[in-house]
Amino acid sequence: MALPSYASPLERIWHRSYLVICALIFIFLIAPILVIIPLSFNAARFFTFTREMLSFDPAGYSMQWYDTLATFGMASPDAPRDANWFADMWANAKWVNAAKNSVLIGILSTALATVLGTLAALGLSRPEMPFRRLIMATLISPMIVPLIITATGLFFFYSSACLPEGSWLQQAFSPILSNRGCLANTHLGVILAHATLGVPFVIITVTATLIGFDQSLNRAAASLGASPRTTFFRITMPLILPGVISGALFAFVTSFDEVVVVLFIAGPDQQTIPRQMWIGIREQLSPAILAVATLLVVFSIALLATVEILRRRSERIRGITPS
Amino acid sequence: MASSLDPHAVIVTEAGSVSEGPLTTADGQPLQKALARSSRAARRRAFWLVAPLLAFIVITFVIPIGQLLYRSVHNDGFSANMPEISAWFAVTEPGTAPDEAAFTALAADLLAASEARSIGTVGTRINYDVPGTRSLFTSTGRQVRRGIEPPYQAALLEIDAEWGDAEIWAAMRGASTPYTDGFYLASVDRTRDIDGNVTMVAEHRQVYVMLFLRTLWLSGLITALTFLLGFPVAHLLATLPMRKSNLLMILVLLPFWTSLLVRTSSWMVLLQQQGVVNDLLVWLGVIDDGGRLAMMYNQAGTIIAMTHILLPFMILPLYSVMRTINPAYVRAARSLGATSWTAFRRVYFPQTLPGLGAGALLVFILAVGYYITPALVGGSSGQLISNMIAEHMTGTLNWSMAAALAAILLAGVLILYWVYDRLVGIDNLKLG
Repeated sequence: MALPSYASPLERIWHRSYLVICALIFIFLIAPILVIIPLSFNAARFFTFTREMLSFDPAGYSMQWYDTLATFGMASPDAPRDANWFADMWANAKWVNAAKNSVLIGILSTALATVLGTLAALGLSRPEMPFRRLIMATLISPMIVPLIITATGLFFFYSSACLPEGSWLQQAFSPILSNRGCLANTHLGVILAHATLGVPFVIITVTATLIGFDQSLNRAAASLGASPRTTFFRITMPLILPGVISGALFAFVTSFDEVVVVLFIAGPDQQTIPRQMWIGIREQLSPAILAVATLLVVFSIALLATVEILRRRSERIRGITPS
Repeated sequence: MASSLDPHAVIVTEAGSVSEGPLTTADGQPLQKALARSSRAARRRAFWLVAPLLAFIVITFVIPIGQLLYRSVHNDGFSANMPEISAWFAVTEPGTAPDEAAFTALAADLLAASEARSIGTVGTRINYDVPGTRSLFTSTGRQVRRGIEPPYQAALLEIDAEWGDAEIWAAMRGASTPYTDGFYLASVDRTRDIDGNVTMVAEHRQVYVMLFLRTLWLSGLITALTFLLGFPVAHLLATLPMRKSNLLMILVLLPFWTSLLVRTSSWMVLLQQQGVVNDLLVWLGVIDDGGRLAMMYNQAGTIIAMTHILLPFMILPLYSVMRTINPAYVRAARSLGATSWTAFRRVYFPQTLPGLGAGALLVFILAVGYYITPALVGGSSGQLISNMIAEHMTGTLNWSMAAALAAILLAGVLILYWVYDRLVGIDNLKLG
């Protein structure tokens, strides 16, 4: 943003200070995220830079907090690191189990939200859709309603909506429901809840992709003899795929980062990474939390890069030049 | 025969038939009817695409919230377990002093509830309204089981003189029907006295109105702060060349994509008394080592962390509106003699208002429902209404109270959501 040549000296000074202000705001935005990365390699149990760290003394840095992540909760963490040690870690380490749960819940809830959300977005983008505005508002509302309210409602619902005790239904569903035949304290319950929270993101990104969608492509395919099914998979799907994938990534991140609902409806078997972090932060903030946080920051950088690439690809294949 | 429903397939009229009466399709049907049928079919097809998700959301979201609303007006912890005294309340006017008949009914209910082991539920229910009365019910229940003689009024008063307390009788009357507005009254620091009139609760128990006001005030303040910080940044991003602004945009989007708990814990690390910010200030000589600032576990912590977390929600809508503003308008204003300030105030700023409205509403809606961040960095003075809901759900176990507070919060959020839909349109919600 260059200043015009007729700018007065006062305006030049203001412009300079404006740039400085913007730089400070950018620092405010990004510094809190970057500052935890070096601190997670702290050799001491502090949350600030020690003298050794500031003088780049290798003794001030260590990987011990990352090691803690692997060993915390293990039966025999100090055993020699052979196959048995890894088996122990895979089975018992709390952070490893939390990661397994988070990934499982994240993937299944994302799949559910993406399939249902994409179909709904296709319907909502048709001009003849009845009650479009009301239905759209309902489907987006899980994103707007405070999580604590959703969590409270789900808590009541999951503990009251149970299959009748001893019935064949309860027998049939016993592997995925709790002993009492309820959704509370089950993986399925968390997956359904997280799918609900992920749906608005899928709808928003897919409908945004469909705004620029040329309906005559579908008609062209139909006129050339393609069945509706072929038209969908060969014409529509490839074109909206970038929107679908970025919606799915949003849904996955929502599930991967969600803690309030999990706190209310999940049991000890559904420990996820955010819940483990929540416990860690509340009980005693240890630098191990910063090690997890660093890994999550790296993860979000990867996701951000993916979404950016997808967005550009989507604009290119739909013929929208970046303005 | 799906193709015959397609409007493009059916509008084939025979040449020459146009002049003879109404238009018809190839198979002789009136065109109007065929069109109506095909558009009905199109509507149905569109609806069936949406139906699975709609059913899913109704089951996993709308019904649970309905249950929550039901809980806020329904609590039969007292009325279901104390039928006789509830019947006495039903036939007497509010304000009736308890007579021997009332105490007889009470004694019978206490005996039955104590034997059925539901006396704890009953005591808990009254304990919500009059703190410290749970043990009154359980201990009196035990005494009644050992056997008491009529007259029951004197007998019960002898066990505990608190049974003569008008406040307890008012609370029991309020709880004697399964449906009650008592939890909503309590949500605004009000209660019913013995005569059934709505009055304020005791001063030391007036917390909810203050908490609602604090939630509104802090959310408003955070919205204002995100505007102050977001506006210059959005303006810079919108006026820089695309290549540079895309690079700087990463600095906005990375926090947006980073886990909420990660951002909150990094603020905890930064704001601690022995944390990075205080260390930096001491090193710079702004404060001395003894005067380290308390920036966490108080309102300041909530404000700083939430402003940071919600800032991208302000920048992104502002940016997308500012991108579309034609720079020629400001140049025209300048060429007509406006100072740069006047040109900004009268020409540029009004054009940013749609983005500002969208961002401000979104930030405010998200802020009033925040739970995690205030719970971790807010201390006691930085708690919001969500934290009180969680406290009632997991701490005091007064679920009806939690439901009533949640219902009020929900009503507020839905009104704002409706305004947002009117002003901005939910279709225009942008994510990154």
